[in-house]
Amino acid sequence: MEKIFQKFAFSSATLVFIILLGIFITLFNAARPAINEFGLNFIVDPAWNKEVPITTPQAKTDKSVTQSAVSNTDDETVDVNDFGDDSDDMMMQDEDDTPTKTIYGGLVPLVGTIFSTLIALAFAMPIAMGIAIFLAEIAPKKIATFVGGAIELLAAIPSIIFGMWGLYYFAPIVAALFGGFQVSLLTAGLVLGVMILPFMAAITRDSMNTTPDILKESAYALGATKFEVIKDVIFPYSKVGIIGSIILSLGRALGETMAVAFLIGSIFELPHKITDPTISIPVALANNFGEASGLGMSSLFYLALILFVMSFAVISFAKFYFLRKAN
Amino acid sequence: MPVMNIKKFSFTYPGVSDPSLKNITLPIKKNKITALIGPSGCGKSTLLRSMNRIHDLYPGNKYEGKIDLLDFESGKYKNILDIKKENEFIKLRQQVGMIFQKPTPFPMSIFDNVAYGLKIDGIKNKSELSDRVEAALKGSALWSEVSDRLGKSAMGLSGGQQQRLCIARAVAVKPEVLLFDEPTSALDPISTAAIEELIVELRNDISIAIVTHNMQQASRISDYTAFMYLGDLVEYDKTENIFLNPKEKRTEDYITGRFG
Repeated sequence: MEKIFQKFAFSSATLVFIILLGIFITLFNAARPAINEFGLNFIVDPAWNKEVPITTPQAKTDKSVTQSAVSNTDDETVDVNDFGDDSDDMMMQDEDDTPTKTIYGGLVPLVGTIFSTLIALAFAMPIAMGIAIFLAEIAPKKIATFVGGAIELLAAIPSIIFGMWGLYYFAPIVAALFGGFQVSLLTAGLVLGVMILPFMAAITRDSMNTTPDILKESAYALGATKFEVIKDVIFPYSKVGIIGSIILSLGRALGETMAVAFLIGSIFELPHKITDPTISIPVALANNFGEASGLGMSSLFYLALILFVMSFAVISFAKFYFLRKAN
Repeated sequence: MPVMNIKKFSFTYPGVSDPSLKNITLPIKKNKITALIGPSGCGKSTLLRSMNRIHDLYPGNKYEGKIDLLDFESGKYKNILDIKKENEFIKLRQQVGMIFQKPTPFPMSIFDNVAYGLKIDGIKNKSELSDRVEAALKGSALWSEVSDRLGKSAMGLSGGQQQRLCIARAVAVKPEVLLFDEPTSALDPISTAAIEELIVELRNDISIAIVTHNMQQASRISDYTAFMYLGDLVEYDKTENIFLNPKEKRTEDYITGRFG
């Protein structure tokens, strides 16, 4: 019995690693044609599903990311917003005059993902801290319980509802306030911010609540004000938990698909202002997975791999960095 | 001469009908150590926590009577139960410091811990800060142990060192009275002895009230002892009288270990 139990616990724990590794290998295998074709240049190339004539510098990109390859793609006029109505995902389909091939670059969705996440964090962080401080330290118990419950309900709303609400009610307000398009990086970022707010606030509140009363009391007993106690004692004490809440929210924001798909505009174009529409990695995957094939499909897997590595890197960096600091 | 005069003081916790402290009258004499002893639940910690009104962090308490505190600057007594404004609370807590059951170092460096009370009091001058931190650490018999690692986290100190750090932190702001709430209950005998020695030395500058459930401790270090039972002050006298010659039967029973 003892042995069976031990084995069960062990295999449960191993399963996580197997799944993690399996996902990574699957993504990597499926992305390999695109990796071989574009290499790391994929990350800085803003063109997506674009036909270019085959030239010698293009061929070089297979082996190494050279400066000439980058400048080559920069020369092209970038307007590929009519994605979807063509079916030339495969290399070298049009053979009119010069041989051409379709190239894919991940810069646009990468930029869209990073910036929408950053906007969300910048919006959500101060508000979440404010909510957490209010609930943990300032509000009377009854109000804290009530507001805390409301915030936890906010976390239970499915993301598509945030998307619909954002599109119909929030987007016009954002456009009226900041100008530009209704669907844009900014709108997507702000709604993402609203979505991650309850997580961040609830976890931050919980970790602030772990500060021992006696520690707060000893700060008050030195003549500290409430603000000083929060700033100098509670925040440093619950730092690890607060950072954890930010990282968990970051993870959710990076991978959020449905709400962002409603709000970001879904076009493969680099945004020049934050009120411009663009696309994020999960949205690019969700919108194009059905129709893609060949190198296009492989490029989507490449994007997915980048997203995976990105989330993984953020979380493991934070984990190791703050675990080391905590010790 | 008492630095603090508790007169007909009653205290009721929120949501409770009966007062936890009933009609307490007790002086805290200047440059003396006053020990509060009694069985668990007798109200000795409640009384101590009234003396810097740390109770008021949690709303709904009811005070009656008076607690007069001698203000060294003006030489006058002031009833601390009248305090309502935050800046008055801050001043009270700078005058009446407190040490808790467990060491409570803040999550910052050793230097910053001791300097904390000074910094929030508005002292910014670096050399003044380091002078007063050094003086406080020397006064708490900790300087020789930590002088080479003032920038390190206070969390790395041992329990006894942390408690002496907390005492240094409280001493740094030069309080008139220091309240000790069972300061050695979480410490080993050697650290306890160091803390007791320190408290006795501090008496020269600061008046001290200490809650302890260790009667030997009370008899070793205190000048006056108050025995409390079920919210009443049963007997207050010089420590030797309480331990050798108690007037009340209940005091004698408690001292001799017949109950408690």
